[in-house]
This record gives sequence, C-alpha cells and structure tokens, in this order.
Amino acid sequence: MHRFANPAQFNRLADAVMPWAMIATVLLFGAGLYYALIGSPPDYQQGESVRVMYVHVPAAWMGMFIYVVIAVASFVALVWRHPLALLAGKAAAPIGATFTALALITGMLWGKPMWGTYWVWDGRLTSVLVQFFLYLGYMALWKAMDDEEKAGNAASILALVGVVNIPIIKFSVDWWSTLHQPASVMRLDGPTIDGTMLVPLFLMAAAYQVYFIVVFIWRMKLEVNNRKLSVMRGSGMEN
Amino acid sequence: MVGQGNQRKGLKTRKQQRLLVLSAAVATLVGAVLLVLFALGGDSLSLFLQPSDVKAKQIAAGQHFRLGGLVEAGSFSKAEDGLTYHFTVTDCVATLPVQFKGLLPDLFREGQGVVTEGELNAEGVFVASTVLAKHDENYNPPGTLPKSADQCVHPGDAPYQALDQAPDTVTGR
Repeated sequence: MHRFANPAQFNRLADAVMPWAMIATVLLFGAGLYYALIGSPPDYQQGESVRVMYVHVPAAWMGMFIYVVIAVASFVALVWRHPLALLAGKAAAPIGATFTALALITGMLWGKPMWGTYWVWDGRLTSVLVQFFLYLGYMALWKAMDDEEKAGNAASILALVGVVNIPIIKFSVDWWSTLHQPASVMRLDGPTIDGTMLVPLFLMAAAYQVYFIVVFIWRMKLEVNNRKLSVMRGSGMEN
Repeated sequence: MVGQGNQRKGLKTRKQQRLLVLSAAVATLVGAVLLVLFALGGDSLSLFLQPSDVKAKQIAAGQHFRLGGLVEAGSFSKAEDGLTYHFTVTDCVATLPVQFKGLLPDLFREGQGVVTEGELNAEGVFVASTVLAKHDENYNPPGTLPKSADQCVHPGDAPYQALDQAPDTVTGR
C-alpha cells in the first residue's frame, strides 16, 4: 500500500502507463464510434435512436464506477492518512461529475422522442441526479476550507455517506416501478441486448475507461505538483 | 527502543481503530438508509400504479394518479375525431380501459409498456392527460426476437422459446 504513497513511485508508474493508455483511448474510441454509428444495426423498436445508448450507458457506468473509486480513496485516506489517496479522490471527482452529467443529458435527449418526456421523477432518474449533486457537494467541500487537510477529510466523509446511493441507483428499477427500463446487461439471466449491439457498447465502455485513466493521471500529477508547490511555498516563508 | 516499539504499536492501534469505526459507520448508514427505503415501501417511491393495485386500493373517481402497464394487444382504437385514443392497460392480472386525447410518443405500441397520468371517471375509465411510452430491456436488430418476453403469456399461447423458429411473426407489428 505504502509503495504508492510515495509520489516518486506514483510518477514512475504513471509515466509507464500513460502512453499505452493514450494509444488505447484513440484505438478504442475509433473502433467504438465506428461500431456505434455505422457498424451496428438499428433497433427493432427505437430505430436509429438506439445509438444514443452507446454514449449514455457507458457514461452512466463510469459515473457510478468513479464514485466508487472516490469512496474507496476517501476510506483509505481517512483510515491510513494516505496523502495520495486524498488527492486521488479530488482528481477523479470532476471526471465522474462530467460522466454523470453526460449520462443525464443524453438520457434526456433520448427520452423526449422515445418516452415522450425529457424527465420524470422516477427512482432511477432521481437517484442519478442525486449522484450528480453528491459529486458537486464533494468538489464544493474541497473548496470550502482553506486548510487542505480539513477540506479533504470533510469531502471524504461526504463521499462515504453517498456510497449508499450506489445500490439505490443499481436496484431502483427493480425495487420500484420506474419509467426507466430495467437492467439489460448486468442481469442474472444474461444480457438482453443483441450481440451486434453489445460489441459497440463494450467497445465504448472500454474507451471511456482508458480515457478516464488518461485524464485521471493528468489530474493526479497536477494535484501532486500543486501539493509540492504549496509545501515549498510554506517552507520558503519559514526561512 | 522500547519506547519506539510502543509508539509504533500505538500508531497501529489507532489505524485499526479508525478502520473499525469508519467501517462500522458506513455499514450502519447504508443499512439504515436501505431499511428506511424498504419501510417506506415500494408504493410511495414507485412512479406508477398497476391495474391490479388500482383495483386493490379501490381508488375513487377524480383522484389523480399515474397508471402503468402493458398496452393490451388488440385493444388500441382511434375515435372518429382522429385525436382521441382508446386502449387497455394490463399487468397480466387486471386490466383498465384508458382514454387519451393528444399526441402519442414514438415508442407507443400494443404489447409494450406505457405510463399514463390522469384520473378515473365515473364509468371507471382512466382519462389520461399524459401518455409516456416505457421502453423495455430488449435491444435487437429488426427481424429478430427479443430475448426477454415482457408480453403477458396467456395459457394456450406458444411458449416463448418456440417463437425462435419463426422470426417473421414479430417483424410484422
């Protein structure tokens, strides 16, 4: 665990991963967008509108995945006082908020022609909106205090409180009647999405994942450098 | 040396204590929130009632609520004015006739899910002011059969799997 607490170790690992992650992002987005827009059939009910799904569903997955990343990082930061873990949560939050917003916006754009409305307050839509607000709250708490460590601790506690929302998002469509459709991929009896449509969906999900790794490493380096800078400034004033 | 050892031990214990307290706090919170949600029950957090709920609750005429279910196959008809539609919503247990004047969404069709908002009239017909189409969990190219059947399977109907051999029965919707 503490091997990664060392910023020099982190930088070495990040520099080794970065070029591969960037190549994988370009290749997976290329293949994913080709299959999403051209190389896959329309849907028997939705027609061409099904292509929104290839942007929407992986964005929603990433929104939840990154939230769990932040929650785990917050837990590690609070228990083991791990400075890089605290920064990892801070670095990941805007990326997760953006993916959640993308899922909400693409869902609304799909909902208007398909459902007949942009929005309803059903269990799924509401719980994903709550997740978006949790991201905003987490980021706001980081900015709310001058003392970085206090701010980080407060934000981490909020991140852990919000973890309860993750199972609510996932099972909202099973526990309550919703306008949003039930799970199509992660279900006990296997996906109800045709194989020709699972190809672009998984390619896009993988593309989003490596894109996240690239941006996350960038933002982590930024946060580590910022931290170094403030430490240097602090010691400079002492002299 | 001994003092350092004790200090290290003390530090470790503090970490273990934090681990324990934080784990317990998160587990308690998650458990409490989920229990509250279940105590509230599915009804208050559900978006719509199904026809059998409406019958069981004996909802009075004029009371506003959302009704959801499947549009029963063969029940859809357009009135002479060309704007008013009649169809039946079913949850495979009970059915309720619905009347709607307005524009239907793209995905509205017989055998598919629907969420309507409105109230019952004196004749027991649900007069809807909004009709939203509910998409199900199936994504398929045209001409293929969905994997999971949302339709009510009536006794005597061919079992769902048997339809696999006759893909043209669905395309002609």
